[in-house]
Amino acid sequence: MTALRALDSANLNGGQKLAVKYFTVALALLGVQITFGLLAAVQFVMPDFLFGVVDFSIKRMVHINAMIVWMVFGFIGAVYWMLEEEAGAPTVGLKLGNIIFYVFTAAVLVVVAVYLLVQVGPGEIETQWFITEGREYTEAPRWADIGIVVCLLAFFYNVAATFSKGKVTGIGGVLLLDLVALAGIYTLGMFYTTNLTMDQYWWWWVIHMWVEATWEVMVGCMMAYGLMKVLGTSRKIVTTWLYLEVFMMFGSGILGIGHHYFWIGTPQYWLSIGGFFSALEPLPLVAMVVHAVYDAGVHKSRNNNHPAMGWLIAHAFGNFFGAGVFGFIHTLPQINLYTHGTQWSASHGHFAFYGAYATIIIAFFYIALQKWRGDVWMSGNLFGGWKWKWSMVLLNVGMLGMIMGMLVAGFAQSQIERAIGGATWTAFFAAQEHPWFVQGMHWRLAFGTMFAAGYALLVWDMLTIGKRETRPVQSHDDAALEAK
Amino acid sequence: MAANDNELWWASETFWKKTTIWTTAVMFLVLVGLTLDTMSQIQVGGKRVPAYSAINHRIDYKMDESRHAQVPVIGIEEPLFGKKLTEQEAEALVDHGKLTMHAKNCMDCHTILGNGAYYAPDLTKAWLDPYWGSRGVREELMVAFIKDPTDKIHNSLGRRMPNLGVTDTEAHAVVAYLKWMSTIDTNGFPNNFKPIDQEN
Repeated sequence: MTALRALDSANLNGGQKLAVKYFTVALALLGVQITFGLLAAVQFVMPDFLFGVVDFSIKRMVHINAMIVWMVFGFIGAVYWMLEEEAGAPTVGLKLGNIIFYVFTAAVLVVVAVYLLVQVGPGEIETQWFITEGREYTEAPRWADIGIVVCLLAFFYNVAATFSKGKVTGIGGVLLLDLVALAGIYTLGMFYTTNLTMDQYWWWWVIHMWVEATWEVMVGCMMAYGLMKVLGTSRKIVTTWLYLEVFMMFGSGILGIGHHYFWIGTPQYWLSIGGFFSALEPLPLVAMVVHAVYDAGVHKSRNNNHPAMGWLIAHAFGNFFGAGVFGFIHTLPQINLYTHGTQWSASHGHFAFYGAYATIIIAFFYIALQKWRGDVWMSGNLFGGWKWKWSMVLLNVGMLGMIMGMLVAGFAQSQIERAIGGATWTAFFAAQEHPWFVQGMHWRLAFGTMFAAGYALLVWDMLTIGKRETRPVQSHDDAALEAK
Repeated sequence: MAANDNELWWASETFWKKTTIWTTAVMFLVLVGLTLDTMSQIQVGGKRVPAYSAINHRIDYKMDESRHAQVPVIGIEEPLFGKKLTEQEAEALVDHGKLTMHAKNCMDCHTILGNGAYYAPDLTKAWLDPYWGSRGVREELMVAFIKDPTDKIHNSLGRRMPNLGVTDTEAHAVVAYLKWMSTIDTNGFPNNFKPIDQEN
């Protein structure tokens, strides 16, 4: 019997050694996100579940914050992963990068511990500094905000210094621009004002510009690199597509921010501007699907990493349907008036974050694992290949089921609570008590459980994939020959 | 401009690179311009976001035929808790209410101007909600509810609000903040809302 393929960091370059640390924490935090999501889903069905112990607000806060942090860790890991190969130089300031990783991870643990143990504070400004800011998605206290920006700047230093020492590729240039925007935009949400409209205006700069602009550009870069690695697509093709995608993303997404300015007290012109430009936001996502599917077709889908390729294609479609189509269906103000702040938003949010971001980060986990085990075979007849396939099925079907459960609930809500009832307290609960809504919440819980099972299988697969393989990675030439 | 002579301009890397840079720059500048204009229109005390002292008045939410949307109407003097406040006092009270709503993380169950979580009702027009019965008892009912909601009637689902340790002072401030929130011109959101009867 041949030796098992160990996870050996000697197989990785400097940046990649740091990348797999980020990936490990990211995968663990995905588990935290799923756990608290399930707990919150149970409370929708059994309202007294953990009532007064870990209330819905706390569950939900940990659920969405774990998501942001695991995705940011996944992005940072992905950038460190490709950095040295792209720049053609060893990572500059790697020691600082390592210190920052441990500081960042420790800070996340402290923030979550305070969320769970302290939960709420008095109505004073100090609460915002040390317990929670109390704003959806940016609940992290102000000290943590400052910490996040410091970490992002140190990370940016690593990336910028490495690229300037080596060469700046097209992907590298886009990444640098994107990281400046990522860190800069975050600071715009770091202030307190009594003026609620002002508060939400800048808060959306952070949320929208991260999620619907800079994160999308980030995954554009990841897709470009992923297709080169996995399919062997030429750099020229992926770079040209990347520019085209970024052009359409920023072209539609920057003013697309207006779809958050319909109902928060901002001027009426945002109804037209936000409606028009956000309706264009799916276009770059169509381009990304065409790009990925066309490249896969050119190579007859022959690739050297089947799980990664599977998740890249899942990303292309998930991004298009989840962020694109599900965003589009309620982005026009005439519809949004009745859907804003209902389960439609939850349905779209789940589909978009999963489809656009979770999928491609998982693809990178597989790209990393392949090299970490010494460029092991991950093509056809992979030993234990049922695991990645079944975890992918459970995760995708589980997520689609949750999305549909919430969408049906959202339909009931927009009709009963909004259109008929006018969004009063009584109308809200009339919708929440309606069988369509209640059934939707039950389906969400059932499919959420399936999703959690998919996660368990995914973790098992990540720990074992390639371990018993003796074959080395399939070269792109061999894969191409096989295709003929 | 194209890299090769036989390359099509629309398939060239440099063409799309330039297009991307210019488009991003132009869109960003347009957004900065719109932001400056919006900033001037959403200052407190303006038409869209009224002064904090609006809590000294009756607030209503009525159909504006010219806009085809319901808009907040600041009516006759009707001080909150029967005490007329100066602009500074009103601001301090509303501010304390807003800080309390951050500190108790209200937004991770409720929506505020439609943003937040979807477990509990939207608070944009909470001050005008018919749930409070009548104008005479509303203020005290709201304070009592916020301080200790667990045993109050919510709905037939059994879904309840937890006791978040809100003090009496904080609860009064939260009510002031909610009253002020209902004066913000939200372009007709929520639609078809039927406010509490305040005439008698």
